Amino acid sequence: MTDRNTQAEIIRQSLKRRYRKERRFRAYGILAIAIALSALVVLFVDIIGKGHTAFIKTTVTLEVDIDPEMMYLDDATDERQLRMADFVEPLVQALLREVPGATEANRDAVRDLLNPYASNQLRDALKENPELLGTTQTMTFLTHTNVDVYVKHAGDEDYSIKLSDRQQAWVDQLLDKGVIETSFNDVLFSRGDSRDPSRAGILGAIVGSLLTMFVTLILSFPIGVAAAIYLEEFAPQNRFTDFIEVNINNLAAVPSIIFGLLGLAVFINLFGMPRSVPLVGGLVLTLMTLPTIIISSRAAIKSVPPSIREAAEGIGASKMQVVLHHVLPLALPGMLTGSIIGMAQALGETAPLLLIGMVAFIVDVPDGFLDSATVLPVQVFLWAGSPELAFIERASAAIMVLLAFLISMNALAIWLRKRLERRW
Amino acid sequence: MKLRAALATVALAGTIAAVSTPAMARDTISIVGSSTVYPFATVVAERFGSNTDFPTPKLESTGSGGGLKLFCQGIGTQHPDITNASRRMKPSEFDLCQSNGVKDITEFRIGSDGIVIASSKNAENLELTLEHLFLALAEKVPQDGEWVKNPHKNWSDVDSSLPNKPIRVMGPPPTSGTRDSFNELALAGGCKKLPELEGVDKATYKAEYRSRCESIREDGAFIEAGENDNLIVQKLIDDTSMYGVFGYGFLEENADRLQAATLNGVEPTAEAISADEYPVARSLFFYVKKAHVGVVPGIQEYVQEFVSPAAMGPNGYLKSVGLIVPPRPALMDLQDKAENMPNLSRDELK
Repeated sequence: MTDRNTQAEIIRQSLKRRYRKERRFRAYGILAIAIALSALVVLFVDIIGKGHTAFIKTTVTLEVDIDPEMMYLDDATDERQLRMADFVEPLVQALLREVPGATEANRDAVRDLLNPYASNQLRDALKENPELLGTTQTMTFLTHTNVDVYVKHAGDEDYSIKLSDRQQAWVDQLLDKGVIETSFNDVLFSRGDSRDPSRAGILGAIVGSLLTMFVTLILSFPIGVAAAIYLEEFAPQNRFTDFIEVNINNLAAVPSIIFGLLGLAVFINLFGMPRSVPLVGGLVLTLMTLPTIIISSRAAIKSVPPSIREAAEGIGASKMQVVLHHVLPLALPGMLTGSIIGMAQALGETAPLLLIGMVAFIVDVPDGFLDSATVLPVQVFLWAGSPELAFIERASAAIMVLLAFLISMNALAIWLRKRLERRW
Repeated sequence: MKLRAALATVALAGTIAAVSTPAMARDTISIVGSSTVYPFATVVAERFGSNTDFPTPKLESTGSGGGLKLFCQGIGTQHPDITNASRRMKPSEFDLCQSNGVKDITEFRIGSDGIVIASSKNAENLELTLEHLFLALAEKVPQDGEWVKNPHKNWSDVDSSLPNKPIRVMGPPPTSGTRDSFNELALAGGCKKLPELEGVDKATYKAEYRSRCESIREDGAFIEAGENDNLIVQKLIDDTSMYGVFGYGFLEENADRLQAATLNGVEPTAEAISADEYPVARSLFFYVKKAHVGVVPGIQEYVQEFVSPAAMGPNGYLKSVGLIVPPRPALMDLQDKAENMPNLSRDELK
């Protein structure tokens, strides 16, 4: 009796301690999640805080008098004349008319409110429609980046305002008059890179990323799945296959820059493929994603219950039929999920692309696998390293777009898993 | 069905790979090289692309040494056409080019850049001489007739006129032309002025002192910061005890937040650098592979755009991005060169 009493006593006493221990453990868990979440929140707040202004552009709308005499141009269909003509003057005159109190003497200060490429826009418009010559047109141009920075960041100490006091007053007046306006920055999504921040866009990088990802997907998915099926279903269990398995697992952990070195040595130096092209980028990223896809595909195949195989074999299916008709369809959702996660990883990769020349200044949007291209994370890297402060907000905007891509890819993976997965 | 689709994709992928294997004809100019010249060359490239019917050249920032290495790898469209450099080509690099068949090269000296020792506006500005810089940053310094590991911890250990603060300087990595120039102009420049090296002639200097004079200490006082100069700028603003070494362009872009140390009493300004008064000024170059002119379309036109008055003249757009443009006679020489593309000879590089 007494024995049992004391035992119950001991348990009762320790119970309190054990509950306390559990509570403490839970608290640690919550703390860990809180730390992770707050890091994420800080990251998002910082990026969005810095980058949201990049989605706004500043434009100026002018009544441009396309006067042949002023431009030294009497035939807009003549290539040679178009090259020599003065397309700046009509813009400066139009702006001088809008700026209150500005005279011919202020022309340089007024000109510096316009984007240096505004004259190219006028030239291209004339090239397309030569009949515009001699008419007056209402046209919208980007402002100079300095104006853009002033309009968006006046009073922000992270940015230095490079307009003179008089120019600032002009911009304020033009804003009041509605000549200078801000609107959604479609330039960011419709152009390639530029050294002029207000003309810089990420379309080139997005297209480059898509082309690279396409090559990666089309190579790594079939190869990875085929390798996984063979290793899992057909390969004999011996030292050699063990060796391969260990190596695949090792490859998954190899730093990605090594794959870049390999790509440089094999694809570019040995095969003589061009530098900076999505095809080579895709090949390098294929090498990098293959182990991930093989490992996840093998896991997916393993998770198909043996009863399915046995049932199929029982009714006389061949090994090939068992695999292709029963195992593969059931394992496919898992394989897809693994592939999408591997692709998301590849999408965010910069290091291996550095070595094969995809870190480059490329203005034209690529239109093929053999066109020079960059990818989104590289664009972020390039802009973050530019001396112009206005690129910092654009780098953050590019990060947001990249994150949006990654989140949607991961969401797709989760959705596919939820949708297609079968439980036994 | 699925198998067939999978086989088809593999076959398709294989075809893509096979088709691309032979070296491609290229219609985009490929430019590599110095990160210091990159901001200028990209502006020219973009203007060129937008004002002509040629595609916009592709630019990679690889550092001067890396660029010359790629450039000298051979003839053929998988190799770059032009390389930028923030220092002159070395005779050894010229030899590499020659041995790989890159025989005819044209050199363009496009302007100058100063290397500044900058700090946050809130930090104490330094008034340095080149000797100070050497004594503060060299790996080994002479002391009582012997070369010993650099013992200087604080600036005041170097010279009593300097602040009593630890020596902490961020600078570019060895692949960078800025680093080469800094070693050569600032460190070796200061080294040569030391009493220990007085009366040493050129040959003895090269044989005995050169490597000592151009080595930077590796005990943590000098911090290598990668090619990203923005990172150095950010660090300087956050940490007022830190000094940074980079090109004049970045100082100008951040003129409202950074200040620069005077060297031998001269402040780094565009005028002082271009007049060669500021002691750590270097020239910027680019090199053109003549075998590619006419093969890759637009190379000569690009070069002409680069040296046009619209770009490099006194009101040119390169000036507005911080290039210290050459004086008029030099610019006219450059335009001649762009027209005739004379060959660079090894003798010029010595």
